[in-house]
Amino acid sequence: MQTQTDLRTVLATGLWRNNAVLVQLLGLCPLLAVTTSVVNGLALGLATAAVLTVGSALVAPLRGALLPIARVPLYVLITASLVTCIDLLSNALLDDLHERLGIFIPLIVTNSAVLAHAETIASQRGPIAATLAGLSTGLGFLGVLVTLGALRELLGHGTLLADLPLLFGDRAAGFHLALPFDGMHVAVLPPGAFFGTALLLALCNLLRRHDAPRPAAVAENNAAESPQ
Amino acid sequence: MDGPKGNVLLTLLAVATFAAAGAYSIGASHDFSKDRIAANQRARLITSLNSVLDPSLRSHDLRTVQLAVADRALLGSAEPVDVFVVFDAGQPVAAIFASVAPDGYNAPIGLLIGVSSSATLTGVRPVSHRETAGLGDRMEPAKSGWILRFDGASLDRPPRERWAVDKDDGDFDSLSGATITSRAVVKAVKNTLLYFEQHRDEIFRDAAARAADANAN
Repeated sequence: MQTQTDLRTVLATGLWRNNAVLVQLLGLCPLLAVTTSVVNGLALGLATAAVLTVGSALVAPLRGALLPIARVPLYVLITASLVTCIDLLSNALLDDLHERLGIFIPLIVTNSAVLAHAETIASQRGPIAATLAGLSTGLGFLGVLVTLGALRELLGHGTLLADLPLLFGDRAAGFHLALPFDGMHVAVLPPGAFFGTALLLALCNLLRRHDAPRPAAVAENNAAESPQ
Repeated sequence: MDGPKGNVLLTLLAVATFAAAGAYSIGASHDFSKDRIAANQRARLITSLNSVLDPSLRSHDLRTVQLAVADRALLGSAEPVDVFVVFDAGQPVAAIFASVAPDGYNAPIGLLIGVSSSATLTGVRPVSHRETAGLGDRMEPAKSGWILRFDGASLDRPPRERWAVDKDDGDFDSLSGATITSRAVVKAVKNTLLYFEQHRDEIFRDAAARAADANAN
């Protein structure tokens, strides 16, 4: 059985040390495309995190019993079912948001951060650690989506959380910040997505400058790259 | 990375179970969602139709009949485009065309064009476009008032030979930096009015027949 320290390491690995975007540079297509506001990033991040967590929780207990060649197909089968349900339900309940995220909800299935996770599950020590790894990878991805969304919404529109009612209904209408400037339009255009991502990566590298690469992180990196 | 070898039978069982469970949950989600999705689409359509109708009609109990008509030259699409004929107390009061401006800057521009029965425009809205952000996309009413210029216009006002952008000696200002977009929209609106002028009676007759059919059933 794993200790609490092990589980804490698993959590830190997904959230920060081996973050899907900041370290592995996975899942960049949805990241660049939808993060024009906090709410867009939050919605897609929540959906992706839910898929990763539930997918890992379902596959994790079986990983010893499965033939290694069946692991990825089974995982894709599960994530595809989950994503289709999320797509249908969000279309029914959160219509305006669904309209805005468009094709990127169905495309969660092909998100490389999600696909790469199939192998990470197999490399974990137990079902709990594997589920936690899914949760932390998902939250790590969510964190980057929200941060980049906030950066681009602030710079591009001069607002923060302006479209919160799309996700939480009219109750949330008052909770936004409006700065007294109109924004630089480029921040919400595709080039702004690249500039913003570059800034986040640079900041992240600055913060990590003193971290020596740990043997564990290197091993996980290799594991994550192998399915591609 | 091989780990434990695994078991063929258990693998088959797991795949079959998850395939069945996945199919079942998608079916359940579909059953739960389909009416709401249809209602959302209807609400979206009604909101967009209302945006190009004469505001004084909104309080009335209107009835809409949907037709499809094809005219590549005037309506901008080789496919049939939707026309919504609006009836107030049995009389056709307006037609709303889902016309296309085929020569947008990046791609054809989908428009919704409301015309009253007296051939006066009651509103024009872009519904789908890929015009440049910051330039051509200022035809959206949320970004500038440019598109509202069409409200109340007709083929007599301005006279039909003046239906062009200012750069082509017409009466319509063009969006600065987006002459191609402006030209495409002005031309599409003019062509839709020309189509309405030629086919008005026919459209209203077809729609009335369709409405009568629906009542009979």
